[in-house]
Amino acid sequence: MEQYKLSVASSPHASSPVGTKNLMRDVLIALVPAMVMGVWVFGPRALTMTLVSVLACEIFEWGYCKLMHKPNPIGDLSAAITGVLLVFVCPVTIPYWMVIIGDFFAIVIVKQLFGGLGTNFLNPALAGRAFLMLSYPVPMTTWALPGKENWVSMGSVGADVATGATPLSVDFMKSSIAPEASLADMFIGNIGGCVGEVSAIALLIGGVYLIAKGVIRIRIPAAYILTVAVLTLVFSRAPEGVSSITWMLMEIFGGGLFLGAFFMATDYVTSPNTPKGEIIFGVGAGLLVVFIRYFGGYPEGVCYSILVMNICVWLIDKYTMPKRFGVTAEMRKAEKEKAKAAKKAAKEGSEA
Amino acid sequence: MKQMFYGGVHPAEHKEATEQKPIQQLAKAPAQVVIPMSMHIGAPCKPVVKKGDTVMIGQLIGETAGLGAPIHASVSGTVAAVEPRPGTGGVPTMSIVIDNDFQNTMSPDCKPRENVDALTPQEIIDIIRDAGCTGMGGAGFPTHVKISSAVGKADTIIVNGAECEPYITADHRLMLEHGEKVIGGVRFIMKALQLDHAYIGIEDNKMNAVENLKKLVGDAKDITVQALHTRYPQGAEKQLIQAITRREVPPGKLPADVGCCVFNAATVAAVYDAVALGLPLFQRVTTVTGSAVNNPVNLIAPIGTSFAHLIEEAGGFKGTPARVIGGGPMMGFAQYDMNVTMGKASNCILCLSKEDLPATSENPTCIRCARCVNVCPMHLTPVYMNMFAHERRWSEAEEYRLMDCMECGCCQYICPARIPLVQQFRTAKFAIRQQAAKK
Repeated sequence: MEQYKLSVASSPHASSPVGTKNLMRDVLIALVPAMVMGVWVFGPRALTMTLVSVLACEIFEWGYCKLMHKPNPIGDLSAAITGVLLVFVCPVTIPYWMVIIGDFFAIVIVKQLFGGLGTNFLNPALAGRAFLMLSYPVPMTTWALPGKENWVSMGSVGADVATGATPLSVDFMKSSIAPEASLADMFIGNIGGCVGEVSAIALLIGGVYLIAKGVIRIRIPAAYILTVAVLTLVFSRAPEGVSSITWMLMEIFGGGLFLGAFFMATDYVTSPNTPKGEIIFGVGAGLLVVFIRYFGGYPEGVCYSILVMNICVWLIDKYTMPKRFGVTAEMRKAEKEKAKAAKKAAKEGSEA
Repeated sequence: MKQMFYGGVHPAEHKEATEQKPIQQLAKAPAQVVIPMSMHIGAPCKPVVKKGDTVMIGQLIGETAGLGAPIHASVSGTVAAVEPRPGTGGVPTMSIVIDNDFQNTMSPDCKPRENVDALTPQEIIDIIRDAGCTGMGGAGFPTHVKISSAVGKADTIIVNGAECEPYITADHRLMLEHGEKVIGGVRFIMKALQLDHAYIGIEDNKMNAVENLKKLVGDAKDITVQALHTRYPQGAEKQLIQAITRREVPPGKLPADVGCCVFNAATVAAVYDAVALGLPLFQRVTTVTGSAVNNPVNLIAPIGTSFAHLIEEAGGFKGTPARVIGGGPMMGFAQYDMNVTMGKASNCILCLSKEDLPATSENPTCIRCARCVNVCPMHLTPVYMNMFAHERRWSEAEEYRLMDCMECGCCQYICPARIPLVQQFRTAKFAIRQQAAKK
């Protein structure tokens, strides 16, 4: 037989067709419906902002890696997702330079300084938003009115637009007045708010796409949304004339919960890896959202709830290791008792 | 209801190339066979023939030294050498080289047994031992040891016809064409274990095999043919037990500890050959397939036939082969020398072209997507095991139960970052074992 050059490697000799790039591309595809709704509600500026942000993120990522002599990471598309998501959680009215500052903070400070893809402990887009929120609180809470007549021009550097309150703004929630927008408006997205968060239906479509494709698992979004739903239903603060179920739906659709649940909380790097951990993460974030909305000074809470839970991820993972294969509850109990007895014996031994 | 185990993946099956093809005899018998003395778990066999001896098919040529199963000549002819030769495991193995005289002289001991119904359980076990039966699905555990250690402990017999690895169709064709051997063999094992019931687990991508065996069992109640949801690693012993009985084998324990005894379908057929036909295990069915052979086939070939010869039987290489694997794509061993020969556990020779090689990455970066955690059938967290193993933090890797890993490859298969996880775990396990040995 002829001699061939054969390659030798450790098994397995097969790999799934899905690589990191495919996953990231699917996330970008899932964001398209929300992008379309953002443009429809706020005008083409939503799109130009997103493009600027994606470009800035990729440039920062490439530049940092070049400077540090690290391999070029552009191909993995993860910075593009950060770019899109950061714009999605900002008002359409903020100036372009502000977006770029947010991108810098997200990519360079939060992601790359902690080791780049896979090692950052905070969601870069949300950390970027939190940074902008602290630095520029006024522009970051100025909401353009929805609808074509209120579209913000592409060249505008901010301000000077018709503004109003979002459904979840302090005006309504803290004083228990029903928002002007109807539930249907909130579901479709005909409301004020951040670029990508307004349309619950668009985000839901994207989320279902990701779950159907197996890109994300349902545990985190389900636990997150259900927790918020149950709490806002049980401890309803519905104003008179609004049923508590309608109010619960308003709390769910009116803010950034869907965007957070499907696209932020499920961020691979900053969410738990164990099945049980994912549930705890979702429930924890849900609790925090409700606590912030009910008792905090801030009407939203999705952003901070996820950031706080991000910090707990490694701890959650450590204590939610899957059950060891073949070990039953009785065996675990016996093991524990044995360890206890051994400890006791050792103690008595040292005392004697 | 289709039965399931926890986790697992479903790689592209690629079985269509050979699943319709009947088992063929070799077109040309090999001129020489190289029979390794170590085709089973345990100590290598001691050669009992020397250079120049004449041997017949089925003649004993290697006897057990400790745990093991005897080895028999697979062709008739002259012993050309008794020396170490390259083995499929990557290291030279003591082997007996026999030049084929093409006479196919059978040993006079190989004759159908009369009165098989009168055999006692112990006699059956002795026959199985003398015939050199071992697990033919991969690990190669001596069958008689498995049976004798399970007598009185096991309450469930499971025949593993899952054949969950992609590409392989050897067991499938065997169950389809020689179903009576599988049924007959399992009845002998039932008698040896003194049990009156057995399961045969087959994945539902082989429904014709399921139907065939069901038909052969007929109205008898002693054998349940169970269709299983197609998912890798269904054929792993612990997973098959979980799928069929819902029992989990505790860490460090054997299937017999949860009352189960699992036998590969090919092994069961070999048991039938041994007990009813008096034939020791000297040949087996193997699938030669992959995108880099011209004519994928299922062959019945003498143990010790070289990979090169078997690939020629499959029409030779198509284009340039990039990797030749002994076994399936998920757990098989990549070979670099085509003179290595098939052993008792060689169920597949897989030749892959460059396009079919697994994707790799020059700079694999874990994105903590947890897909590995969700597919691990042993409930492990490969993401953390890899992190600790990569940093050589062996004790922490052990805390994350690295030693429970059975190297099925699901995590690495699914990993989008293409991290060589299994290789990492093998290295770490080796280091941990060495460390433990030093203490």
